[in-house]
Amino acid sequence: MLRLSTLISPLTALGRGTTFIVQEMGRIAMFFLRSFALIFYRPFQINKTMQQIYFVGAKSVFVICLTGAFTGMVLGLQGYYTLVKFGSTGFLGAAVALTLIRELGPVLTAIMVTGRAGSAMAAEVGIMRISEEIDALETMDINPIRFLVSPKLAAALISMPLLTALFDVVGILGGYLTGSVLLGISPGVYFMRIETSVIMDDVTGGFVKSVVFAAVIVTICCFQGYFTHTRADGFGAKGVSISTTSAVVISCVLILITDYVLTSFLL
Amino acid sequence: MREPLIQFKNVYKRFGENHVLNGTDLSIYKGEITTIIGKSGGGKSVLLKHIIGLLEQDSGTILFEGRSVSDMNKAEKKALKRKCSYMFQGTALFDSLTIYENIALPLKETTSLSDSEINRRVREKMEQLDLHEIDEKYPSQLSGGMKKRVALARALITDPEIVLFDEPTTGLDPIRKKAVHRMISDYQQKFGFTGVVISHDIPDIFNISQRVAMLNDGRVLFEGSQDELAMASDPAIKEFIQGMEIRHEKIDCIPSLAEKGKLTGEQAFALPGQTGFSIILLHLDNLNEITLSQGPGASKAILNSFVTKAHDCIRGTDSCFFYGQDGILILLPGLARDSAEIMCDRLISMINIGDILEKAPISNFCLFASASFAEAGSGNRPEEIIADSEFKQSKKYKLSFCK
Repeated sequence: MLRLSTLISPLTALGRGTTFIVQEMGRIAMFFLRSFALIFYRPFQINKTMQQIYFVGAKSVFVICLTGAFTGMVLGLQGYYTLVKFGSTGFLGAAVALTLIRELGPVLTAIMVTGRAGSAMAAEVGIMRISEEIDALETMDINPIRFLVSPKLAAALISMPLLTALFDVVGILGGYLTGSVLLGISPGVYFMRIETSVIMDDVTGGFVKSVVFAAVIVTICCFQGYFTHTRADGFGAKGVSISTTSAVVISCVLILITDYVLTSFLL
Repeated sequence: MREPLIQFKNVYKRFGENHVLNGTDLSIYKGEITTIIGKSGGGKSVLLKHIIGLLEQDSGTILFEGRSVSDMNKAEKKALKRKCSYMFQGTALFDSLTIYENIALPLKETTSLSDSEINRRVREKMEQLDLHEIDEKYPSQLSGGMKKRVALARALITDPEIVLFDEPTTGLDPIRKKAVHRMISDYQQKFGFTGVVISHDIPDIFNISQRVAMLNDGRVLFEGSQDELAMASDPAIKEFIQGMEIRHEKIDCIPSLAEKGKLTGEQAFALPGQTGFSIILLHLDNLNEITLSQGPGASKAILNSFVTKAHDCIRGTDSCFFYGQDGILILLPGLARDSAEIMCDRLISMINIGDILEKAPISNFCLFASASFAEAGSGNRPEEIIADSEFKQSKKYKLSFCK
């Protein structure tokens, strides 16, 4: 009997773990679908959405510009010293622009937004949960998901492509700064290569990614905060801190996984 | 026979291994205020959350106007929720919204009223609840009592048919407490809502409620009117009510003593028709040692336990009050001083000090108590009687406890 149970217990644990993950994925998917559908529930929450656009979008502009500029600059440097070995420094503009537009722009923007706005969303919703504010909304017959999550989701879906575009543009200018101004590549060649190599599909692909990442960030961060009270590993303030950490870690990991999946479909 | 508006039938609810509701049966009638009393952590809030649908029972039935809530469709449940309002124990105000926005929120989100109409209603409620010049403040900038009143304003802003109050007066001063009780009562009379109140304000809360239910270990131990509660013979009910009354008398007794020259002893101690009485003033002399070593909570628990035990040992007509930080005042109507001393000896011998100190993490401790006595005739003033006993030689007792 003992031997049998020893053999079975790892399988049981594996089964439980798998079931939990599948259930959790289902719950997250349902949470996203409800939040998304409730964006279109009348009356539209225009004021709340605008406030969230200001919080997620406008307030992220500085940090996006900063990261975009340095990412572009470092790409310019690295790209130049790699291309110079092959005597093709003229392709620097294309290399910087394609890397940014296809990959780094959407991914780094999403990671910066997760750190800046996603963590705040998880903490805000988590605190509202533990202080019974979400219960209070339910007793007032106000749908908490519509009231709290839908405006954030709508705002992220609008803001993220714009922030990604900003990141790309600033990054390209950063590449120009190192490639042309510091290392002497002709500005005309730099921008001409961008114009000839970047096609609309690259831009569309980058934007598709940014929209998907927006959905991932808001869904994961709000989900973690919303179900803070059901955590077995922490209650109260500790529960909120664990939820916030989980929200950021899961979002970042999912951004990278989703990025790979999307890239494989888009290429 | 009247049909209950809300009825709990054999409702069970547990969280993990913690069985909170154990076959709860309760009836709430339309247009009445039902007060739910019971020990803290006994499932009163959980019961209330079942009414509004925040929690769902594991088994059993909750009926609304004779229909099972579980069998209702989404629209019917929504309609039921719209009839109810809930005032949370911890207020549950939105920290990021101003006070005005907090109160206006249910109207803004669930009605199509114009901004001017919402503004008028919010101002009216704020005025009625004495909430002045705090519109633009945030909940964190208010005192606990004021937050309670804001939560109350938010609960009543939609003029609900059923209002659930989860400890509406906890943390309020006595004047505000009475004001909130009066307001609940006035509103109830004016709008005729059905109220369910969880409260520990015994007996004040009984003045505004038509029915009382006592929840103990997840079951409704008593359900009926206040008079029926007073007649109840169940020891658990008596213990709870008496325990509460001791605390209440502690508050009422001392101010009445302070009204020097206005009241006689009989009037102050509410003994109409008594020709004389004796008092025992019992001090736990070295209780401060427990305070220093274990903290004030431990000494308070010992004093509470001592008073409860003393209360069990005295006669039905006697009364027991807290007196100062370490004292107990026992009032013995119709008893002479000598008899009071005999009574005190008997009381001390009956008290098992082991039970009292059981919860305090101490060993080999001797609790010293000293008792002084006084006899009062008709017309003596309370402060004179107590001063008389304090200046007289006291009788010392030593209550040893070893473990």
